[in-house]
Amino acid sequence: MEYVIEMLNIRKEFSGFVANDNITLQLKKGEIHALLGENGAGKSTLMNVLFGLYQPEKGEIKVKGETVKITDPNVANDLGIGMVHQHFMLVDTFTVTENIILGKETTKGGVIDIKTAEDEVRKISERYGLAVDPQAKISNISVGMQQRVEILKTLYRGADILIFDEPTAVLTPQEIKELIQIFKTLIKEGKSIILITHKLKEIMEVCDRVTVIRKGKGIGTVNVNETNPTDLASLMVGRDVEFKTEKIDATPGVEVLEIENLKVKDSRGVQAIKGLNLSLRAGEILGIAGVDGNGQTELIEAITGLRKAESGSVKINRKNVLNLPPRKVTETGLGHIPQDRHKHGLVLNYTIGENMVLQTYYQKPFSKSGVMNFKKIYDKARNLISEFDVRTPSEYTLARALSGGNQQKAIIGREIDRNPDILIAAQPTRGLDVGAIEFIHKRLIEQRDQGKAVLLVSFELDEIMNVSDRIAVIYEGEIVAIVDPKETTEQELGLLMAGSKKKEAGEDANV
Amino acid sequence: MKKRKFGLTMSFLLAAGTILGACGGGDTDEAEKEGTTGDSGNKTEETFKVAMVTDVGGIDDKSFNQSAWKGIKEFGEENDLTEGDGYTYLQSQSDADYTTNLNSLARKNYNLIFGVGFMMQESVNEIAAQQKDFNFSIIDGVVEQPNVASILFKEQEASFLAGIAAGLTTETNKVGFIGGVTGAVIERFEAGFIAGVKAVNPEAEVEVQYAEAFDKAEMGQSIASKMYSSNVDVIIHAAGGTGNGLFKEARDLKQKDPSRKIWAIGVDSDQTAEGVVEIDGKEQNVIITSALKRVDVAVKDISAKAKEGNFPGGETSVYTLADDGVGLAPINDAVEAKADIEAKVAEYTEKIKSGDLVIPGTLKELETFSAE
Amino acid sequence: MQMSSRMKNILTPIIAVLLGVLVGTIIMIASGYNAITAYQALWNGAFGDIYFIGEVIRQTIPYILAGLAVAFAFKTGLFNIGVEGQLLMGWVAAIWVGVSFDLPKIIHLPLAVLAAGVAGALWAFIPGYLKARFRVHEVIVTIMLNHTALYITNQIIRSVLSDGKERTDMIADSASLRSVFLEGITDYSRMHWGITIAIICAIIMWFILEKTTTGFELRAVGFNEHASQYAGMNVKRNIILSMVISGIFAGLAGAMEGLGTFGYMAVKGGFTGVGFDGIAVALLGGNTAIGVVLAALLFGGLKVGALNMPLEAGVPNELVDIIIALIIIFVASSYIIRWFIDRVSKKGVK
Repeated sequence: MEYVIEMLNIRKEFSGFVANDNITLQLKKGEIHALLGENGAGKSTLMNVLFGLYQPEKGEIKVKGETVKITDPNVANDLGIGMVHQHFMLVDTFTVTENIILGKETTKGGVIDIKTAEDEVRKISERYGLAVDPQAKISNISVGMQQRVEILKTLYRGADILIFDEPTAVLTPQEIKELIQIFKTLIKEGKSIILITHKLKEIMEVCDRVTVIRKGKGIGTVNVNETNPTDLASLMVGRDVEFKTEKIDATPGVEVLEIENLKVKDSRGVQAIKGLNLSLRAGEILGIAGVDGNGQTELIEAITGLRKAESGSVKINRKNVLNLPPRKVTETGLGHIPQDRHKHGLVLNYTIGENMVLQTYYQKPFSKSGVMNFKKIYDKARNLISEFDVRTPSEYTLARALSGGNQQKAIIGREIDRNPDILIAAQPTRGLDVGAIEFIHKRLIEQRDQGKAVLLVSFELDEIMNVSDRIAVIYEGEIVAIVDPKETTEQELGLLMAGSKKKEAGEDANV
Repeated sequence: MKKRKFGLTMSFLLAAGTILGACGGGDTDEAEKEGTTGDSGNKTEETFKVAMVTDVGGIDDKSFNQSAWKGIKEFGEENDLTEGDGYTYLQSQSDADYTTNLNSLARKNYNLIFGVGFMMQESVNEIAAQQKDFNFSIIDGVVEQPNVASILFKEQEASFLAGIAAGLTTETNKVGFIGGVTGAVIERFEAGFIAGVKAVNPEAEVEVQYAEAFDKAEMGQSIASKMYSSNVDVIIHAAGGTGNGLFKEARDLKQKDPSRKIWAIGVDSDQTAEGVVEIDGKEQNVIITSALKRVDVAVKDISAKAKEGNFPGGETSVYTLADDGVGLAPINDAVEAKADIEAKVAEYTEKIKSGDLVIPGTLKELETFSAE
Repeated sequence: MQMSSRMKNILTPIIAVLLGVLVGTIIMIASGYNAITAYQALWNGAFGDIYFIGEVIRQTIPYILAGLAVAFAFKTGLFNIGVEGQLLMGWVAAIWVGVSFDLPKIIHLPLAVLAAGVAGALWAFIPGYLKARFRVHEVIVTIMLNHTALYITNQIIRSVLSDGKERTDMIADSASLRSVFLEGITDYSRMHWGITIAIICAIIMWFILEKTTTGFELRAVGFNEHASQYAGMNVKRNIILSMVISGIFAGLAGAMEGLGTFGYMAVKGGFTGVGFDGIAVALLGGNTAIGVVLAALLFGGLKVGALNMPLEAGVPNELVDIIIALIIIFVASSYIIRWFIDRVSKKGVK
């Protein structure tokens, strides 16, 4: 009995659309098995079939060698299959234990026996090194902890096979390290893991084998130690992928954005930007590198007029726009790809078409004397959808229904189409797969080549190093250094981001 | 597609309607209606039908509406009418319903329709003008139309007598008055009551508060609670259903402390039954008496006149102490001053009936009033 | 997917109504009443006669406007519980203009209607401003303002519009929405021209929300304040505007009562209930203009028809209140379930 799970020749259709076509995945006991594919390739569908949420049209599922029919998640649970979803299914106002026992409450004479449950949760938590406080409230613990609660939930229900859906998308680098440690403990304790991901680095680091699917089709399964990221990427995307985006040298022009002595407080009243100076020139990409929480958000919000600044000046094309209303700032020639696309970038309950004119609906031809012209709006949307390769059933689809990558493409299309002199891109590729990342990077560079200025804020050093022409390092609300990506290293940047000034890098590193 | 759905919805509604309509009733209804428009005049002689429309207080307000209904019921039983056919009532849930209710009853061939309460004045006026074949009567209001009989009461005479009872019962020399909605009728109660208290006990103070509602028992209770706790020991209400809160509070206080001497006075009907408290198996009663406004007497009277063909249309009938239209209910035996009260009540009743004493009907008249 | 969700939106209220009627039937049978006779009486009392049809439409008019007020605010992410108070303010303002002036009808009537709209708008401006400026939740403010409006209007009736009486004089004919023509064709019902105003308002609401840039902004702010702000919309202004427009509808509902149904305003011991029924109407109508009109018609029919149930079937009209309440519960619970699902899946994202 070599395999604990065998999904053989699975086919799943949704009213004519084939989401999974002849996919085979076999999970060995005690292995970490990656399921790799682009956004929308059919990974989640396949796992939902395994978890009993969907019924396959064709194919066979075997658990520990026996053919089974998984009709709903309860059946999956009973077979020892647990799933840690990307979007956590937790009740914010409940404690950890309450969430874990939800739906499987231990009772004593009809009353929930929280004490026993807490002990049980604590025991499991210690055994797998999860370090979760059973009495903590969900709303008070970090996202990483919440994920561990989800893991605990599956373990509490006796899962031997754990499915993780993009577990690292929401985690900080430190939390990712800890999660990998947890994986190792789980394996040691005899569990098997399926890891849904599109991050090649993670696969290379923790997985034993990887099954690749592309556009709903099973491409094959390879041993991780017999492959490399470039091969995996080509398997996933179906063509060669360039990790390093090709670009010609920048030819910077005039200064289009000048920030002088800017001071901004954050929502809690703490000084987040402390007299920051920065200038951005036409035809260049300036990367802002820094650890999250060093004033990046406040800087962007102050530039775009979303947050009142204390003092200083922000000049766009020589015109001071400090503390002007957001719309006035946008109209001076600024585009903004916000960091949180769900919260700030899109109205999810609006159609893609409506979202495409979220900044321009009040202008001709989209409206005339206050009356909207939806025909023009959707014409525009259709153009942008094809130009920016937004994969959506139609321009009338709600933004909510699109995958993250396509949502981001829609936002980028909207912002670039306005032809702004300055484009601010905050974390533009967060949570996207390599194909989408490549697409977005190319677009940013294209803007630069057309003589636009791009301000790229990212926490990912790879991205900053790859795309930027200059890198400004932000630390505690100040620009502490400006470096040339060709002449710096990740190590040097890392040190700068941690607070050691460029000149004394050597000394401060020891502190 | 959208249109089709809409059509579906509509056909649902229509289908539902058709089914209900088809289930019978429709035909008889038609016949009845023809009768209405055709020869309602002849019908009057055959079966005389009488009905009433309550105000928002409802039929079981233990007060005004209930009293009117009592009159109609008695009239109906005495004349061998059946309830629901010969005599009936309709309740109004909001003041928008008055007109519809009055009209519905006319459409059902009720020859005489009472609108109970001055709030209904405008609606009676309107419908009477439209339904000229039918007779209407407005209680506590005046509508000048040939087919409307207006009924007023000298409430001040009843509440004057109640004031005597209160003035002689109080030991703290503080009595209370809870009014319903400010207006002429309740003002008559108030003026008469204060005059009565002062006539027998010039020392006594009268605390007056209006609930501004006839159907809010909880407000009546909170006003009563405030009054009792500020040393008032006798409270009268003229507030319809709101007054039930007064009785509840009085009963509760008595239950908690049976030795405490607190009293309440009812209004409109004899409300004695509302004051019963059981303490250690013994029944006590917190109600001294009730200021009677014999809406039932008036309703019966007008109905009888109408049946005989003497309907006082276009006239205003005022019911007084002299013709038993208002009065005072028997005094509670537990009241120490019972004999005293009865003597004084008898004395003043004579004076009022004979016309020697005119009880003030407004607060303005009260200023110049003297019982001597 | 799109279509089936629209189908669901239409089916939900219909099923709720049918369930309400079904459970109402069970209750009636259990309490010993003849359900068929009762529903016949209900039907006859609502649509059995041209007079009743006129009365149903009369009752429907304020329901439409109150429903539109709630629905408009709801579509833009606000919960206007204060329709009742705004209605009272509109009512008193309309009466004020109606009794105080003597003008040609062409000026007087529009002025009275306008005054009601303005009064409702001002009364709704308060919670809108407090929400926009200080993030005070509009539900709390509007609930409190309902009571304030009740006592203020009572005081105005007593001290300004009459000398201490419990009701105002009748408005001048030139300010009245009543119509001899409409009364004539409906056998003296109180149906009045307000129905045209109500229908026009329904069209206006649809037009504003679906066709104008203002509506685009209002809905965007309602769905996602943050994204709207990022897109350069003035969130505060939109919150206030939404409440004000909602208040205008509510104020107009008051004008319908004042200038149409009653022609005067009496001191009130409690709320008219129209504003609160408006919440149910909006809910049942799925917060759409056409839905509100249909739901208002249903509620108007139930309310007016209910008055006939004691007369023809001997069923107390409280039972109709129970049926209406059941319908609301069934509608609300289906929405609650959907809302809950949305909520849970949203929560997870963080």
